[in-house]
Amino acid sequence: MSYEAPDFYDLDHLLTEDERLIRDTVRDWVSEKIVPVIGDHYLKGTFPDDLIPEMAEMGLLGASIDGYGCPGLGPVAYGLILQELERGDSGVRSFVSVQGSLVMWPILAFGSEAQKERWLPAMHKGEAIGCFGLTEPDHGSDPGGMETKAVKKGDHYILNGAKMWITKGSVADVALVWARCDGKIRGFLVEKGTPGFSAPLMRKKFSLRASVTSELILQDVEVPEDNVLPGVEGLKGPLECLSQARYGIAWGACGAAMACFDEARRYTLSRTQFDRPLASFQLVQRKLAETLTEITKMQVLNLHLGRLKERDAGTSARVSMAKRNACGKALEIARTCRDMLGANGITAEYQVMRHMCNLESVNTYEGTHDIHTLMLGHEITGIQAFR
Amino acid sequence: MDIIVCMKRVPDSAARIQIGGDGRSIDSAGLEHIISPYDEMALERALQIKEEQGGTVTVVCLGAAEAAKEIRQALAMGADQALHIKSDVGYRDPLTTARILADHLKGRTFDMLLFGKQSIDADNSAIGVMVATLLDLPAVSLVTKLDAADGKATVEREAEAGAEVIEVALPAVFTAQRGLAEPRYPSIKGIMQAKKKPIEEAQAPEEAALITLEALEPPPARTGGRIVGEGVEAVPELVRLLRSEAKVL
Repeated sequence: MSYEAPDFYDLDHLLTEDERLIRDTVRDWVSEKIVPVIGDHYLKGTFPDDLIPEMAEMGLLGASIDGYGCPGLGPVAYGLILQELERGDSGVRSFVSVQGSLVMWPILAFGSEAQKERWLPAMHKGEAIGCFGLTEPDHGSDPGGMETKAVKKGDHYILNGAKMWITKGSVADVALVWARCDGKIRGFLVEKGTPGFSAPLMRKKFSLRASVTSELILQDVEVPEDNVLPGVEGLKGPLECLSQARYGIAWGACGAAMACFDEARRYTLSRTQFDRPLASFQLVQRKLAETLTEITKMQVLNLHLGRLKERDAGTSARVSMAKRNACGKALEIARTCRDMLGANGITAEYQVMRHMCNLESVNTYEGTHDIHTLMLGHEITGIQAFR
Repeated sequence: MDIIVCMKRVPDSAARIQIGGDGRSIDSAGLEHIISPYDEMALERALQIKEEQGGTVTVVCLGAAEAAKEIRQALAMGADQALHIKSDVGYRDPLTTARILADHLKGRTFDMLLFGKQSIDADNSAIGVMVATLLDLPAVSLVTKLDAADGKATVEREAEAGAEVIEVALPAVFTAQRGLAEPRYPSIKGIMQAKKKPIEEAQAPEEAALITLEALEPPPARTGGRIVGEGVEAVPELVRLLRSEAKVL
């Protein structure tokens, strides 16, 4: 049965022909390549590595980067790609977000010409995988408290510390590690295989199981001076990266919610209880009406944020609102849809519980729901509540 | 190697088809369309040959103005240019269609002219060979393998319980069977470049129809099944009904 994407307000007509064609291409690819295999990957706790070359071939890695062999897509087309990927699975979308928004984007924005030449074309082609090391075991919502340190020694730096919850850490060819150096936060490109650098896999997850999640351990790791991102100092470096990624997450979470809604609508129409389809019951209809309403609101918000970004008006507070709204609502929608599928909804025969479990992470990472609430509170009142 | 691929815009095979109010056309409201899959396979093989040995791929599409979307997709996959012969006629008999295509192809130079073996909506399996006849070109249908070099093509063609291997001098016409090539997904760069590629437009003539379509009917609705009994005891009755009523045994 083919996927019918909810588009209740006909937002299709607000997209350009290119945006629609890109969206449809990724949508078809996800239906053909991700959906049939991702449930098994999720259960086994593996990522579909064999699909990385296909994603690269289509140009999905670093799609919004302009130059260095990358296509330079606008924010709406980029968002649509992530929406469609996360309709497949949050883990697949997370990989593409990290590669593009958290590693390629900072190299483009803050990197030296040599760093850009070396990494951007290779990462676009999927020949190099990147990861982003900001969060630490003891510093999640408070990255400014980071303990990872860099000390200058001759023409290189010595890094010590640990990072946690790092998507693709164990397989990445390059880790962008943020560390404190003389009191200032700087970005370091740490290459796989550097002595003292290891990235053990984090196991036993209930969420994002089709995604590699790792720790990064740095013990007296020597990083050449040339591997420091020259263009940025201070917490604003990683925070600007996060703002890029959060924008994509808002779209992605919406994709997961759309998948859940589509599955619940089909299921309740075909499943019969008390001699009539579940969809004929008022309680079920209310759930469908409410979930579709929230999806539609999320789609409008995301699309408009994309148009704001086109004119450089996608401020971090506006991104916070979309990220917070999409993740929080998508999680509620997934839970409601899981409920509509009854006992069947807990099995891997259906997608809804996988999405639901994934969205717990998506709602938490890159600024928890609560932190985004407080960022909006700060924007509204001028008073920072978390300091 | 210069290759022309003729492609048709057809309703998505996964779409639910509704018959229009006139009883002789498909209701296109909200209906998704695609490049007919066999045409897409032909296009894919053409693109592969172009990538291997250089040359051009031109797509030709006779169809409604809306077919611009499918033409754009073909260009995004890698075709270099397109000819869109616009037509608002919903149903046209195969010979008339073939004549229009042949009129537009006459005078163009190409090494190979490819079609899908059939469109998945009309299913006539006629156009490719008819155009070949009108252009006085050799044609091989149901091709599952196609290689071309030095002015000739070597093809494999599906035959009863086997395959035929055929060599043919170019230019020639081929119709694609499943197995010829697996169509690619367009890349983002391909999509972005597609809008810069030229689409030549022409208007299909309004000709007298050789065949008129009188009515379209949906397949009869499936009726519910019947339980003839339970357990082993039901088997004789089931076999009897399968033989006498369903006539499948």
